[in-house]
Amino acid sequence: MIEDATTLVDELGKKFDYVEVNEQSTVIIPADKLLEFMQALKDDYGMDFLTNETAADYPEENKFEVVYNVSSIENGITIMVKTSVDRDNPELPSVFSVWGGANWQEREIYDLMGVVFTGHPNPKRILLDYDYEGHPLRKDFQWKGGRE
Amino acid sequence: MLKTQEYNLNLGPQHPSTHGVFRILLTLDGERVVKAEPIPGYLHRGVEKLAEARTYTQFIPYTDRLDYLAAMLQNWGYVMAVEKLMGIEVPERAEYMRVICGELSRLASHLIAIGTYSMDTGGVTGFELALRERETTMDLLEELTGSRMTLSYARIGGVAADAPEGWLDKVDKFMDKMPAYIDEYDGLIAGNEIFQARTMQVGVIKPETAISYSLSGPNLRGSGVNYDLRKAKPYSVYDRIDFDVPLGTNGDCYDRFYCRLQEMRQIVRILKQAVAQIKEVDGPVIGKVPKVLKPPKGEAYEEIESSKGIIGYYVVSDGSAKPYRIHVRRGSFINLGYLDELLRGVLLADVIAILGSLDIILGEVDC
Repeated sequence: MIEDATTLVDELGKKFDYVEVNEQSTVIIPADKLLEFMQALKDDYGMDFLTNETAADYPEENKFEVVYNVSSIENGITIMVKTSVDRDNPELPSVFSVWGGANWQEREIYDLMGVVFTGHPNPKRILLDYDYEGHPLRKDFQWKGGRE
Repeated sequence: MLKTQEYNLNLGPQHPSTHGVFRILLTLDGERVVKAEPIPGYLHRGVEKLAEARTYTQFIPYTDRLDYLAAMLQNWGYVMAVEKLMGIEVPERAEYMRVICGELSRLASHLIAIGTYSMDTGGVTGFELALRERETTMDLLEELTGSRMTLSYARIGGVAADAPEGWLDKVDKFMDKMPAYIDEYDGLIAGNEIFQARTMQVGVIKPETAISYSLSGPNLRGSGVNYDLRKAKPYSVYDRIDFDVPLGTNGDCYDRFYCRLQEMRQIVRILKQAVAQIKEVDGPVIGKVPKVLKPPKGEAYEEIESSKGIIGYYVVSDGSAKPYRIHVRRGSFINLGYLDELLRGVLLADVIAILGSLDIILGEVDC
């Protein structure tokens, strides 16, 4: 049984060859391995609780980073998993099939940031109007009378 | 032959039980719910976007407004994330003041939760009783912070001010009286047969569903899942304080309500110990913090146990004086993610009972 987050992150780095671990102990994975990795995280390591899912926009590097904070109820450990997606074609598989908690969180990310989650059961806007145009949390979002 | 057909009913946004800014589009067959589409967003203020144009310190009052019934817990989660990002040490006395103010906030929030829930299920007296003690709680918070609801008490590196003369004793005295009040709610609200009939075996959430859907706080623990961050990942000085985590057994509306009631008893225990322990601790209530905060490039995620569930702050810094990105993980928002499935097949009157039992606050849902 894994006792703390550092041990888990080390083990993940050894087990999966595509996993990269940065100095802040964040696990970085390529987008095409996302679902496979998350499923393994839940099934093999008991990380059964998706605490948080969000995204950040980095226009200079032409990418969105999608961040997952996953916890284990039993051990009380939380790790951060990150993946990047191309800004021109922001499409990622939904992790709804792994954790139901992704349902509203992914809708929110889509609504405010414009990342599309394929396989999401209800990929609609959640906070803004259904016919609203644009994604306000993007760094280059412009609105009438807004700051340049 | 009578012809029957399904019809749609908009519950809210202007309805007391939906707090005035939440709508559920119900598809009904007679009085049974066939489908429910929760539609939030009426309050959406773009707090996360606003943060990007403010300094780290200036953002503190915005966090208050997310959950104005337990403002300290919101402040606290945010400053913890910034402190982690910058590696700031918090003085011991400040940690105790955070626990005391935080638990008073939790008490104020739970009092509203059980009071309004009593009203949602048809009993106005419970609401008035809970408001009576909430008044005392808010008087104490006002004396400490100068504000009754939007406290803005936490600071990056500590808290705004030390307790005024004699304040800690007032808290202690109030906590002596509180158990009798809680007994009163227990008998009057939880012991009421009508209340029990309307809440028991209604809106049952299985433990594995609660975990899968990332439910947190009393909504998760009502299903019997023992996950309280104060115990699971102790922060601040909670590891020095002895208290229990109340759990439900059936995961129904009654259990979620009763968890909150029992948590109030634990708040009394925590506050009694914290007040006794802080008297042994001297020193400042704010650490050495630069005037202009410029955290190094990087990111941090910190979460704490709020009254509504887990509140988490994801803060990204680009090295400047303003945050590059702030995301708030709001308990109330994620607790609603299972609502559609939960409401299917129940009676219209149960919709109110179930929604009320989740104890949402729209400031936190819409953010």
